[in-house]
Amino acid sequence: MGHRIAVTINGQRYEAEVEPRLLLVHFIREVAGLTGTHIGCDTTSCGACTVILNGKPIKSCTMFAVQADGCEIRTVEGLAQNGELHPIQKAFWECHGLQCGYCTPGMLMAGVALLERNPNPTEEEVRRAISGNLCRCTGYQNIVKSILRAAEMMREGAGVASGSPVGSGSPAQ
Amino acid sequence: MIPAAFEYVAPRSVAEAVALLRQHSYDAKVIAGGQSLIPMMRFRMAQPRVLVDIGRIPGLDYLREEDGFLRIGALVRHATMEHSPLIQERYPLLAATARVVADPLVRNLGTVAGSLVHADPAGDWAAALMAARAQVVAAGPDGERVIGIDDFLVDTFTTALEPDELVVEVRVPIPGPRTGGDYQKIERKVGDFATAAVAVQVTLDEAGRCQQAGIGLCAVGPITLRATAAEEALVGQPLDEATIRKAAALAAEAAQPTSDLRGSAEYKRDMVRVLTLRALRNAAA
Amino acid sequence: MSATLTESPHRVLGQPIKRKEDPRFLTGQGRYLDDIKLPNMAYMAIVRSPYAHARIVSINKEPALAVPGVLAVITGEDLEKLGLAWMPTLNGDQQMVLAVGKVLFQYQEVAAVIATSREAAYDGAAAVEVEYDPLPVVVDPFKALEPDAPILREDRKEKTNHIWRWESGDKAATDKAFAEAEVVIKEKIRFPRVHPAPLEPCGCIADYNRTKNHLTLYVTSQAPHAYRTVLAMVAKLPEHQIRVISPDVGGGFGNKVPVYPGYVVAVVGSMLTGRPVKWVETRTENLASTHFARDYHMTVEIAATREGQVKALRVHTVADHGAFDAQAVPSKWPAGLFNICTGSYTFEAAHVVVDAVYTNKAPGGVAHRCSFRVTEASYLIERAMDILAQELKMDPAELRRKNLIPADKFPWKSPTGWVYDSGNYHHTLDYALNLIGYKELRKEQAEKRARGELMGIGISFFTEIVGAGPSKHFDILGIKMFDSAEIRVHPTGKAIVRLGTRHQGQGHETTYAQIVAEELGLSPDDVLVEEGDTDTAPYGLGTYASRSTPTSGAAAAMCARRIREKARKIAAHLLECGEHDLEWVDGRFQVKGAPHQSVTMQQIAFAAYTNPPPGLEPGLEATFYYDPPNLTFPYGCYIAVVDIDKGTGEVKVRRFLAVDDCGTIINPMIVQGQVHGGLTEGFAIAFMQDIVFDENGNNLVTNFTEYMLPTAVETPRWETAHTVTPSPHHPLGAKGVGESPNVGSPAAFVNAVVDALSHLGVRHIDMPITREKVWRILRNAGIDE
Repeated sequence: MGHRIAVTINGQRYEAEVEPRLLLVHFIREVAGLTGTHIGCDTTSCGACTVILNGKPIKSCTMFAVQADGCEIRTVEGLAQNGELHPIQKAFWECHGLQCGYCTPGMLMAGVALLERNPNPTEEEVRRAISGNLCRCTGYQNIVKSILRAAEMMREGAGVASGSPVGSGSPAQ
Repeated sequence: MIPAAFEYVAPRSVAEAVALLRQHSYDAKVIAGGQSLIPMMRFRMAQPRVLVDIGRIPGLDYLREEDGFLRIGALVRHATMEHSPLIQERYPLLAATARVVADPLVRNLGTVAGSLVHADPAGDWAAALMAARAQVVAAGPDGERVIGIDDFLVDTFTTALEPDELVVEVRVPIPGPRTGGDYQKIERKVGDFATAAVAVQVTLDEAGRCQQAGIGLCAVGPITLRATAAEEALVGQPLDEATIRKAAALAAEAAQPTSDLRGSAEYKRDMVRVLTLRALRNAAA
Repeated sequence: MSATLTESPHRVLGQPIKRKEDPRFLTGQGRYLDDIKLPNMAYMAIVRSPYAHARIVSINKEPALAVPGVLAVITGEDLEKLGLAWMPTLNGDQQMVLAVGKVLFQYQEVAAVIATSREAAYDGAAAVEVEYDPLPVVVDPFKALEPDAPILREDRKEKTNHIWRWESGDKAATDKAFAEAEVVIKEKIRFPRVHPAPLEPCGCIADYNRTKNHLTLYVTSQAPHAYRTVLAMVAKLPEHQIRVISPDVGGGFGNKVPVYPGYVVAVVGSMLTGRPVKWVETRTENLASTHFARDYHMTVEIAATREGQVKALRVHTVADHGAFDAQAVPSKWPAGLFNICTGSYTFEAAHVVVDAVYTNKAPGGVAHRCSFRVTEASYLIERAMDILAQELKMDPAELRRKNLIPADKFPWKSPTGWVYDSGNYHHTLDYALNLIGYKELRKEQAEKRARGELMGIGISFFTEIVGAGPSKHFDILGIKMFDSAEIRVHPTGKAIVRLGTRHQGQGHETTYAQIVAEELGLSPDDVLVEEGDTDTAPYGLGTYASRSTPTSGAAAAMCARRIREKARKIAAHLLECGEHDLEWVDGRFQVKGAPHQSVTMQQIAFAAYTNPPPGLEPGLEATFYYDPPNLTFPYGCYIAVVDIDKGTGEVKVRRFLAVDDCGTIINPMIVQGQVHGGLTEGFAIAFMQDIVFDENGNNLVTNFTEYMLPTAVETPRWETAHTVTPSPHHPLGAKGVGESPNVGSPAAFVNAVVDALSHLGVRHIDMPITREKVWRILRNAGIDE
């Protein structure tokens, strides 16, 4: 009883025959092989599985893959372009917005979606925008700081010029 | 966790959806946003044999004022309500509600109509739409019928819908001038169901007396409740502190809370009073 | 000794270097357990008990075996035939792997289904038919001790639910002090049953190769070497044929220290099916069956003078351990380091008793951002000090000042036998009080109180005890708690460091690189840190109890120094001088008095492989096993300011200041991050979290819809600062910090709320402080919106 679906993830088309009960997050992780999107609960509570679907951040554990047939999806793997980190990735790195890294992809996607809708958010707006994403390590303070810093970088367009290449351990700030 | 296996169909029209519902009756379940249904399926608390996805039916995501009603199509998401300038400007109760439904990510998928059909007594929209005296438009094999919200919500997780009926629209009467509203919710954290919540909509006459009042109570009974006596106590009165306090006390009396992890029945009843106070003060301001 | 944080004189230590591990996490290239997919891999799902206490009448596997894709169904009876139905716990008890005869807690493992797909495994698990005969349930640990209580553990010789009693301190001296005391306070205080709930659940892939008799276990583990040894003992496999790999770990907080039944069953499943078997638990399985933390029912008494000089401390605790005594603590200390409960104060005598009890609940008792029951101890004493202050009508800051251990008394021996390494407590207290503006806040509070507004200020001055430990005292299942590092410097001057710890977000790949870079004169970019593979890393006891920097951090420094000693010989050879003519300056060896005559570590490393001095073994590698001479004692002063909503009882945390003293700071950015996280956890415990059971032993808190993790909206804004009092015995002066904020903060929150309500006669409120608890106090006092 498979359904043939086609989903575009980070600009690449993935076609597969899937069981209707396959969750979108499992499609992304196991059919497309993009394991940056994580799973942390069964109740739509934690947001580790957050991806951007047709421009809006959603929890990919609470959607069946068949429902996403024909949709455009963006995941953490699609943020960096040509080896250059997205400003939000740079900002999380610079502001220590991550520790164990498990919530990070979801936080990044929720953050990116916010900044695309609202390029100049207040701290309170950032906190509200990531309130569907749980983090157990950071206490959120540096995540909020990172998203505000990313907003600044994106506004300045400085994200392109001042970025550090992947892999450098140079001092922050 | 993994749902039990099911058959998936995605009709392209309301008529097709209704035909499928007629065919599969209680074996079928409609999915729109899926934000309540999918978790229940993951826990196998819901095991529909057929899932009818109405998400691909065109033309059900409208949100507009027409013929004296705010018309909310069956596929309008919580976030659409939250970000709509129309709602923000003219429907303070609905705007306040949209901001506190679940969390921002869930709001991007979950629908207003779906929340109503789920008929969870802790559903935010049911209380708000009760205060706003909404109507539900259901499509069935014999065409459409309009059901008042009080008749629509029958019992816990139970509505007046027949198994072959589909909600296609929720409509809210366009309120008159001098209408205020608010939604006050106590939740343990963002994303939690309400410990208690109160929806209020009041319309004042030119003299500042209450012409119409709607008060819906969330999560304090087996079903969303209307605080009728409190509404009656407001009508014809100026919304001064004494009237507000009296109405708040009556709203608390109307609650039928039970004790659970979110709080004792006693606490929830008192919170209905406090939240009604606050909502009425804000609505009157 | 003490000073506020200033620019470090070192080049690398003390710098806020961006984390080396971050790029892979930021780009979705972290490799967590569930990301690993092996060829021909099967999936496992576990059938769990719906009852808290019941006999198993029968298990029918057939319907599950009929599900397409199901390969095997394993029950306790099957494991019994293999001698694997029970496994040892980390506290000397035994635990069922799969239930045999009866179940002892709801969600206990009863059977496992292995299938070719995850879907089939879950379908199979749903199809297994188990018939139960319910037995009387024991939920309350006090009722468990009553003479007519049903005996839960029929497998034990001792026919009682009492597990053990542990005593510490001097009972006679304590009783005497209480008999002579001018003032005595007494309070019953519970530390709720909470759960570490890392965002990544626990899981494993067991890959057994029959031909090679070799097992590779990929597992979410904070202590891979300990797992290997336990597996060798349990599964009776030769230890060199077991490789444990702990990939990136998505948070642990103690939850990933124990060996869980699912891992053992997965190993058996791989042996039976000849396939790799993956098991990843659901969130419900995580919350309902893996290790909880705390659940201490404590009675505390303080004897003091009327002037507020503390004399003696008496504590009795009933500890609810659940169905198996599986907590992870060092062998000698069944209640962990709970006897640090005399805290930061000059008690002359103390007597501490802990009684551990079996109940029909999931087993556990792990750290949870707490070094071995120190959170319970710290909360207890900091709460009790505030109660004493209230009794004496003293300012809680003044009472603390009067009783803090003076700087000149260090090293200070506590009445329960711990030797605190260093501290300048009064300085830290004053620093914190000034930073937050304590006097002004007290003034504001008085004004608000006069207007009927409710505001409170809460102080906690905690002393942590971490870095387990000296091996003469500390072992787990007999394995000594030292830790290790191995460094290889390659010919081009780049280095790899391998350690026996395993980070779960603590930033080891950066912190250790900084330590080694500092010691060897390298750039941290040129130092690769690797942990988590037992085939490559030296033996170590893992990462928990804030022990990594105190133990492995020290091992890394000492190992680097061992390398430097060899490097000195090579440098002398290269510079054609004597070893004693050389000095180590700015990360290079130079001839004394001739700074232009010097060699870098790169030059030395190259020479080690190309031009070693005659008679000297080539290469530049070393291993160091560090056995700390003592524990370290980080401390801090935390201050919370809260406002209370009179209508709903909601507590709003307006400000929270954490001044930590964790000795030398290696990376201040990472330390601050650790503090933020721990404070957030402390906040959640103080206001939101408790695992609640109904009278039938049903766990009511098995998901994130009921187990409350705060979001960015509820979480307060944290203010952090430091004083620096180095540890005299750690090679870098570092003390460790990971768990301090969780140890220190709950009392600050609760003290602040009680402070706001103290004029209403409130002396104590048990955590979690829900709105309803505050609301009840307000309404009883006639306070309303």
